[in-house]
Amino acid sequence: MKAFGGKVLFLDRSDINTDEIIPAKYLTEISKEALKPHMLEDLKLEGFNPQDPAVLAAKVLVTRANFGCGSSREHAPWVFEVNDINVVIASSFARIFRQNMFNCGMLAIELPESTIDELFALKADDATIAIDFDKDMLTISSAKGTKTINYRIAEFDKALVKAGGWVEFADSKY
Amino acid sequence: MAMTLAEKIFRSHLRDEPFPGTKVLNIDVVLCHEITTPIAINDLVARGKDRVFDPSKVKVVIDHVTPSKDTKTATQAKILRDWARRQNIRDFFDIGRNGVCHAIFPEKGFIRPGYTVIMGDSHTCTHGAFGAFAAGVGTTDLEVGILKGVCSFRTPETIRVNVNGTLPEGVYAKDVILKVIKHLTVKGATDCVIEFQGEVVKAMSMESRMTLCNMAIEAGGTSGVCMPDEVTVEYLWPFISEEYADKAAAAADYRKWWSDEGCTYKKVLDIDVTNMEPQVTVGFKPDEVKNVSEVVGTPVDQVYIGSCTNGRIEDLRVAAAYLKGKEISPLVRGIVSPATPKIFRQADEEGIIRIFMEAGFCVTNPTCGACLGMSNGVLAPGEVCASTTNRNFNGRMGKGGMVHLMSPAVAAVSALAGKIADPRTFAKETI
Repeated sequence: MKAFGGKVLFLDRSDINTDEIIPAKYLTEISKEALKPHMLEDLKLEGFNPQDPAVLAAKVLVTRANFGCGSSREHAPWVFEVNDINVVIASSFARIFRQNMFNCGMLAIELPESTIDELFALKADDATIAIDFDKDMLTISSAKGTKTINYRIAEFDKALVKAGGWVEFADSKY
Repeated sequence: MAMTLAEKIFRSHLRDEPFPGTKVLNIDVVLCHEITTPIAINDLVARGKDRVFDPSKVKVVIDHVTPSKDTKTATQAKILRDWARRQNIRDFFDIGRNGVCHAIFPEKGFIRPGYTVIMGDSHTCTHGAFGAFAAGVGTTDLEVGILKGVCSFRTPETIRVNVNGTLPEGVYAKDVILKVIKHLTVKGATDCVIEFQGEVVKAMSMESRMTLCNMAIEAGGTSGVCMPDEVTVEYLWPFISEEYADKAAAAADYRKWWSDEGCTYKKVLDIDVTNMEPQVTVGFKPDEVKNVSEVVGTPVDQVYIGSCTNGRIEDLRVAAAYLKGKEISPLVRGIVSPATPKIFRQADEEGIIRIFMEAGFCVTNPTCGACLGMSNGVLAPGEVCASTTNRNFNGRMGKGGMVHLMSPAVAAVSALAGKIADPRTFAKETI
């Protein structure tokens, strides 16, 4: 299983699409590693700099609704994976992106909008999120406080994470 | 129990239900292109599982960047080409015979009512126009599809959209789907199938139905679907004539897939198109849609006609009807990409290619090209494109560029005017 948790990157916008996460011009790469320098390169968000050390140090992404909409490109989860971001927390996901995350053994955690607001309320430079995968629990800690939240992911998605991804799961079963 | 079309397909293709709410389906057709497939192929090779579950059910095309523009794209094409050969995949479409995936695969008769279809491409929802369940998936789903012929889905709910009234002059399927996306929003159909019904859809050609279903994903939808009927049979007849005594028998058989009276919909949306204007997007999301009259006069640098949304023969005919005998504004670059070689040839025979060229359009080979800013019409920062494609995301056609989505009719008259224009105020010639 992958390692989950660490420094948080907050992206305060809904409908962040896969073209913003990894522009199509990099889809000519045939290795995941080659995508690494281009994470969130075209993100339209005031004050955001994809090369900011805080962005590069992040391990968990916290964002708003409909994250990962648009293209089916798995390059979107991959560019996070090669940058050591294995968890994305949002109030909702686009279907293909969400499935791609779990298919890669990564975590896409959906929380109600009000809970996402609570996470944003603790936004600070030192914010971290710890994940207790077995208990479906996450704890956010920052200079502004600490909060533990229970989340729910589908049983199937949890099984994919445990198996290490869909190829591993399907290969043993079908 | 009364079921939707999607529920019927799920029932007939169910392989496993590993957990409540998750269904693993047998897949009838796995479609592949050179952008999302090579990494799946390399991974299968690395795992020592370089196999295909059934070569006759895997269809392959090089379409996103073709002919290759550099070493990287040539390598992607080579990986796909070599794999198709060593796996004995007969339906592989290479340079000269290739076209935009969601145009060429239906054209070859690969998609049938009741089928399950996956591809590593979000616009796979297009194929639901045939009464199939067709979903875009990522590379890992594609990889498992190639290896095992299965794919997992959450049981989808269905949103029914009734399109009623009469399409006015200058208003087309593209305008209808933009209006639907405006209503549903970019996330309104997440985990749902969008079912297009109503008298307007019934009267539509397969090309128009594909335009509708193509953009289901822009509302978050898993698949668009239409009920397979006489129009479907007519389109598929060259491929199915041996299976059925006559067309009526085929249409009667296809009825079994229709959503039942009294089935459960998550939501029903009624749209009357009788007084609808042509629609144009204005921002960076496909649900930011306005009436053309509100955006007339917006300057554009490039006009692009093509893509899996609107690069079919009917689209080229519409555009050519406005362009015939005229020249586009010297302020714009016009680019048209017929979506497949068959469409290109047909357009040539009908004099449409000549009309485009005399109007000052650059006619490219069939490719996805400019739509996603990979080749054949990338925008410079600050430039604006009037486009018949499906996505207006920030930077979609090139970093810093802006895209207005619209029908081929609006695109054609915008090319003439050098700014966004209303086709209802332009003369249309017969072709």
